[in-house]
Amino acid sequence: MALLEVKDLKVRVEEREILHGLTLTVNEGEVHAIMGPNGSGKSTLSHVIAGKPGYEVTDGQILFKGEDLLEMDPNERAAKGVFLAFQYPVEIPGVATMTFLRTALNAQRKARGESEYSTPDFLRKVREVSKSLNIPQDMLKRGVNVGFSGGEKKRNEVLQMALFEPSLCILDEMDSGLDIDALRIAADGVNALRSPKRAMVVITHYQRLLNYIVPDVVHVMSKGRVVKSGGKELALELEASGYAQFEDAA
Amino acid sequence: MNVAVAKTGNGRAVSDLFASAEGRLPGSPSVIAVRREAFETYERLGLPHRRIEEWKYTDLRALVGEVLPLAAAPDAAALKRAAEAVKAHAIAGARKLVLVDGVFAADLSDVKALASEAGFKTSRETLEKDAGLLKTASTDAVIALNAALATDGVVLSIADGVQLSAPIQIIHIATASSASAFSRSQVAIGKGVRATIIESFVAAGAEAYQVNDAVIVSVGDNADVAHIRLLDDAPDAVNVTSQFVTVGANTKLNFFNMTTGAAVSRLQGFITLAGEGSELSVNGVNLLQKTEHGDTTLVVDHAVPNCVSREVFRAVIDDRAHSVFQGRIIVRPDAQKTDGKMMTRALLLSDEAEADNKPELEIFADDVSCGHGATAGALDDSLLFYLKARGLPEKQAQALLIQAFVGEAIEQIADDGLREHVIGIAERWLERRQ
Ligand SMILES: Nc1ncnc2c1ncn2[C@@H]1O[C@H](COP(=O)(O)OP(=O)(O)O)[C@@H](O)[C@H]1O
Ligand SMILES: [Mg+2]
Repeated sequence: MALLEVKDLKVRVEEREILHGLTLTVNEGEVHAIMGPNGSGKSTLSHVIAGKPGYEVTDGQILFKGEDLLEMDPNERAAKGVFLAFQYPVEIPGVATMTFLRTALNAQRKARGESEYSTPDFLRKVREVSKSLNIPQDMLKRGVNVGFSGGEKKRNEVLQMALFEPSLCILDEMDSGLDIDALRIAADGVNALRSPKRAMVVITHYQRLLNYIVPDVVHVMSKGRVVKSGGKELALELEASGYAQFEDAA
Repeated sequence: MNVAVAKTGNGRAVSDLFASAEGRLPGSPSVIAVRREAFETYERLGLPHRRIEEWKYTDLRALVGEVLPLAAAPDAAALKRAAEAVKAHAIAGARKLVLVDGVFAADLSDVKALASEAGFKTSRETLEKDAGLLKTASTDAVIALNAALATDGVVLSIADGVQLSAPIQIIHIATASSASAFSRSQVAIGKGVRATIIESFVAAGAEAYQVNDAVIVSVGDNADVAHIRLLDDAPDAVNVTSQFVTVGANTKLNFFNMTTGAAVSRLQGFITLAGEGSELSVNGVNLLQKTEHGDTTLVVDHAVPNCVSREVFRAVIDDRAHSVFQGRIIVRPDAQKTDGKMMTRALLLSDEAEADNKPELEIFADDVSCGHGATAGALDDSLLFYLKARGLPEKQAQALLIQAFVGEAIEQIADDGLREHVIGIAERWLERRQ
């Protein structure tokens, strides 16, 4: 079943069109990779799906589980199961990571009409997931992402993903700034979340990440459009020949 | 011959205020004479207005207009309401001293429990014989008016070496609407004392009332004192408080104020570091909404060398509210090696919110380290979006960021329980916004 349907999406930022009619369908259980050069609009797409302000959708639509995503506030989208792992997670001084995790999880559960997690259940769950991601407990006491290394910030994103159990995970350049060990830990965390009910969109500039998170479908994005789609071998092809061919095609 | 009679907004003569209160004021004829003189000072000056430099941002003539008549002594029904309010606002474990509409309420207070650790009298008793309590180092119209009309208060003395086993909480409760309460208290803290003093201002069903409070605090050498003030008056109330604080040598004084109520409030603190080697920490949070006006004005006077003063202020201003911070640091010629800093930050939650910040350094010594900093701005959109993308509705995302913002001042409260109590008050303010 189609989980996410992006249809002919046109998006402007500050009077300039960035996405020029982008179409993408992601089914339950699938892992899609979106590859493309810097500036092709990958982050823009992820932000529009998550509901970041400042983007003007001039045409097209985004359906999530058949519902119009563009009509929803970012928090409603999160509660419905949309999760964006940010390319650059922000630091929030003064908000302890643990407080943030609990507040966010319970806000989502409340929006879905579910009961709040009890404190022991919540703590058990956080401990379990953070252990598997090699996140030390004292990191959870600090302000959200404050003083975290690049790798720690990305692992914190994966931690949230595991905790919130979204049905759509969008990972924007999860590999940027990570060394190979950090990448492996984060990728293992993501792979552990693969399930027949959950879809993932892995955005990356480099093929490297896709050695660890193996996609079912690969899309090439250039200048605000998906210009080619194929199987995982398309990523290897790109690695060999580069994006230049698509820049011309777009 | 025409004699101009000063009139209030409602046509009442200002002098009526004193005449009608006189019968209720404690004091021998000589004390009453001092009061009358103070009232004449007030009559001459009138309510402070914007052309008086210290009151430039808080024009009481425009904001308040007139001083309301003295509240009647609380009756049984008022005391019953006050008892409920005491229950709601008492800090667990603290020994309570309760003033209802400016009058000490023995039945609601823990005088007996306090007796083993601190000397206690009411201001009323003290003022029967001696006008000393009415004298302060500096004065202005509101301080003079307080000296003229103070009906009661608490006079506490904590002897040298005493370590208080529990905080003392002075609770001011308003039960009378459209009336004024004038209180004046004194807290004398001896050498080597460890003490926590809390002051709370709350309403018990009263509306549109006015509070004019004055507190005279002296702290001896080698003491360690936390002084916390929580202003949570009714949303249409007025609270003007003047504090006069003198600090001895090698003492730590940690003062914290949080304002979450009152239509118009002003806390003016005059703090003198009179002994060497002391550390003064003055922190505050203003949480203001609607058309509330909250003013914190501080004068920290480094009269001797080798003292440290730190001021950390956070204002959260919503709707058309207005926060004022005026901080003056005076370093006297002898006060070498003074280290005095103040930092204020204002968070503007609406386009119409207003923050005024006026730092002043008056430095007469050459070997000092003094400074101030101020910022004002809105919530960071990228942080808000991150929180919303994780499922927090707008107001809840704002609340989390606001808590973090004020946390920088609240975390200066050392005691865990008290800090949690203060965080709880801030949380309830935030819930009212949702
Ligand atoms: N806030 C913004 N204001 C103006 N231009 C922007 C903004 N965000 C992105 N762009 C532009 O949109 C294009 C696509 O950017 P982005 O989506 O970040 O690409 P990618 O993630 O593929 O590198 C770029 O040309 C970038 O300069
Ligand atoms: Mg990007």
